[in-house]
Amino acid sequence: RPLLSRNYASASSPHALIFLEHRQGVIDSGSLSALTAASQLGGQVTGLVVGSSEHVPTVVDKVKKLKGLTSLLHSTSDLYSQQLPETLAPLLQKLLSGSEYTHVVSTPTSLAKSLLPRVAAILDVPAVSEITSLEHDSSSNSTTFTRPIYAGNAISTVRLPSSVPIKFFTVRATNFDPAPSEESQEIDVKAVDPVDVQDCPTEHISTQLAKSDRPDLSVAGRVVSGGRPLKNAETFAATLNPLADILGAAVGASRAAVDAGYADNSLQVGQTGKVVAPELYMAIGISGAIQHLAGMKDSKMIVAVNKDPDAPIFQVADVGLVADLYEAVPQIIEKLKQ
Amino acid sequence: MRPSPARLLNILVPVKRAVDYAVKIRVNAQQTGVDLNVKHSMNPFDEIAVEEAVRIRERLSKEGSEPVTITALTIGPAKSVETLRTALAMGADSAIHVEIPESAPAPEPLGVAKTIRAIVEKQKEKEAVDMVILGKQAIDDDLGQTGQMLAGLLGWGQATYASKVELDLEKKNAVVTREIDGGSEQVRVKFPMIVTTDLRLNEPRYASLPNIMKAKKKPVMKMSPADLNVSLEPQIETLKVTEPPKRVGGAKVESVDELVEKLKAAGFTAV
Repeated sequence: RPLLSRNYASASSPHALIFLEHRQGVIDSGSLSALTAASQLGGQVTGLVVGSSEHVPTVVDKVKKLKGLTSLLHSTSDLYSQQLPETLAPLLQKLLSGSEYTHVVSTPTSLAKSLLPRVAAILDVPAVSEITSLEHDSSSNSTTFTRPIYAGNAISTVRLPSSVPIKFFTVRATNFDPAPSEESQEIDVKAVDPVDVQDCPTEHISTQLAKSDRPDLSVAGRVVSGGRPLKNAETFAATLNPLADILGAAVGASRAAVDAGYADNSLQVGQTGKVVAPELYMAIGISGAIQHLAGMKDSKMIVAVNKDPDAPIFQVADVGLVADLYEAVPQIIEKLKQ
Repeated sequence: MRPSPARLLNILVPVKRAVDYAVKIRVNAQQTGVDLNVKHSMNPFDEIAVEEAVRIRERLSKEGSEPVTITALTIGPAKSVETLRTALAMGADSAIHVEIPESAPAPEPLGVAKTIRAIVEKQKEKEAVDMVILGKQAIDDDLGQTGQMLAGLLGWGQATYASKVELDLEKKNAVVTREIDGGSEQVRVKFPMIVTTDLRLNEPRYASLPNIMKAKKKPVMKMSPADLNVSLEPQIETLKVTEPPKRVGGAKVESVDELVEKLKAAGFTAV
């Protein structure tokens, strides 16, 4: 009979382990997009939540409802209250060694980018960073990805063949919708023992987070960004914050503005900063260097205000206004209020 | 005569020759990669790494402790030696060139990390490496993995995305300020250690002409991957390289009124 002639034996179903990241108990929104990408592999997806006893239960409660997860592991230890690659790598190594996992997935946060390549190297496998699409072929056990290279000026299509037993990749959140929650979902949730690390070479001392009431830059639907012409931190804030406020937007900055100290480093948009793709990106006094465009050119609508009519930003802007930003921005705010 | 001071610090700085950051790259007609007949220079993050090594030496020599030895290292075709000369002109003492054929595919981070590990193990015989400073990412492949992979292979502590490095030679560790999502953090890492540089770590110097001349006389040791018993065969298959979708922009408006109208038409109103 035709049904029996179908051959399932050689095809091993993919099983992804997704490192679900949280900051002090708040799940990183990029992890939700990474989960969507992991689900597209077409097999099981096991989540991993690691942290202190203070945060893990809250995070587990939230993430176990996430659509696409088929099971969830969590590991709790004081050792994990400050998440260091040196303490987390042995846990991942233990989970992955001789396991059934075929893929390791995460969002490219600063922690995951520090941790996953370390683990991949220990397991002697390569890793693919910041993918924008993927396709898994179960019959050949290979996964094909696309990812931007050269600051997004070329798109590379790469394949991890079956010779790579565990395929590590990070997912660019702006290319995948966040996985929704399903209240009715019941999945297997299991605790795994932490792995003790003797004589850890690294010790966490302190953390300083820039406080802001605005939406998080990497997930905001609207972003207002400023560049070097904004003179100083006071002018930067005084000019852009009212515009961001009226639009309910996050504030971003060009490298020039960050280097000059007008804005916090974590607000830098570009190849080496955050990659954003909001519905609306307003570039105020930003010339549009290759490195900046790399971080925002997938925005749905780009609006640019710049004095220089030849600024490269106008080549990508849907709406460009050649004007002095100090005159234009207050007028835009005024007119938006009407 | 004073006895020569004890060896204090041995820093290894891997650098990469990459297409210059200002070049607008073009995908080749065969869709196998980008046109590489363009200006190349040292990967900007690696310049920051060399600069940091040189600054560490300058700081320590001011405090009267010497010497620091700085070895630059690159893996690449014959032309990559230019990049090593730049590092030497900035202040590296010597260089190692792991030469691969011009036609060889670009090495992957894991292969590069294994090569650096092999060199670290070779160095151990004479002067153990205390610190490897690498750029946080190369601006061509944008992978951002090599430093972490090397730390994993060696089992060393790692301080990625460093914006400040303060050494404590007595305790043999460094306190590193790292750029993280939403802010920064400090970690203390024991020697030997890996540092990867963020943009904010320093402002690299320009090599002066006399230093460029002097750099020509500094030693560059050539090796092959086979000498180090490593393979740089890629494991990731590149199927094709294509142009990104073109964005049709360039529509300018004449006035703020028009701009706001367009915003409102697209549904962006005050909240």
